[in-house]
Amino acid sequence: MAIKVRIPTPLQKLTNNQAEVESEGKNVKELIDNLESSFPGIKERLCDEAGKARKFINIYVNEEDIRFLQREDTALKDSDEVSIIPAIAGGA
Amino acid sequence: MGLRDDQIERYSRQILLPNIGGKGQEKILNSKVLIVGAGGLGSPCALYLACAGVGTIGIADADKVELNNLQRQIIHSTKEVGKPKVESAQERMVGINSDVKVVPYNMRLKSENILDIIKDYDIVVDGSDNFPTRYLVNDACVLAGKPLSHGGIFRFDGQAITILPKEGPCYRCLFPEPPPPGLVPSCQEAGILGAVAGVIGTIQANEVLKYILGLGDLLVGRLLVFNALNSSFRHVKVPKDPDCSICSDKPTITELIDYEEFCSLRKDKEE
Repeated sequence: MAIKVRIPTPLQKLTNNQAEVESEGKNVKELIDNLESSFPGIKERLCDEAGKARKFINIYVNEEDIRFLQREDTALKDSDEVSIIPAIAGGA
Repeated sequence: MGLRDDQIERYSRQILLPNIGGKGQEKILNSKVLIVGAGGLGSPCALYLACAGVGTIGIADADKVELNNLQRQIIHSTKEVGKPKVESAQERMVGINSDVKVVPYNMRLKSENILDIIKDYDIVVDGSDNFPTRYLVNDACVLAGKPLSHGGIFRFDGQAITILPKEGPCYRCLFPEPPPPGLVPSCQEAGILGAVAGVIGTIQANEVLKYILGLGDLLVGRLLVFNALNSSFRHVKVPKDPDCSICSDKPTITELIDYEEFCSLRKDKEE
């Protein structure tokens, strides 16, 4: 069950500069754990100590923000696309 | 009021557009837009709005033009290095189009001055370069009920969303809190390609003109995500957060916050 994950620029250092990676998981929590095994350090950028998604980085399943679905328990199915989108402040 | 002959000539290519016409042009000439930041996003946005004939353009920025700005901040030029950005921007805009009245604010927006400044404008454009200003501008626009075009860039990524307080979600519905110091790469290690700023700043100008003219669908309730490396534009949904700390029915933020500046480069410069 392959899930395509879009990695934003600030996190691409952790994914060997890949903007898209493939991973697996039956829900978002499993997906993040699997990403962490492949790319150590990514989980703490996405989640706080309690394992909850941080308030300035959103995770989308297809076009939907998981905060408005079942958060980390949001189920994933084959060919779902997950996007990680952080707040960015640049403008100068 | 009616358009002068030179105005009919100057704006003819947009007056010709269906749904704009002379009436739409008059709306543009009567509109007032505040642009926060005369930098990478503010430059293209201000230029297009001045060209289009926005009657009053406020522009707020505390910085002076530096040589390293000119790679992307296309409203300024080499001879303006050392001059306040708002003066340089004002001269350029009025030079292009004397129909435009430019109001320069050579200052950093803070909780104590922002509400007084935005009250005179129809819509605000956020082209700032730091989280404290971005959350301040969002919160002030929500409290004052002012529409806001938000744009952000980071390296090869861009984002844009339009906020109509009460009608749609605000920036805190999208990202409830700014990141704490140290968790995002600081501005000195970032870098930006000028054209990426141009893409997002131009989208912001387009949103402002659509808002003034009442045309099309604004980026309300959806975030536009631009990836410059594969030239892709995507949207994600942004619902109104029923627990939003500022725009929900039970807000926990009732006054403006000046978040601590945490870009060490800027801090060093100011000290």
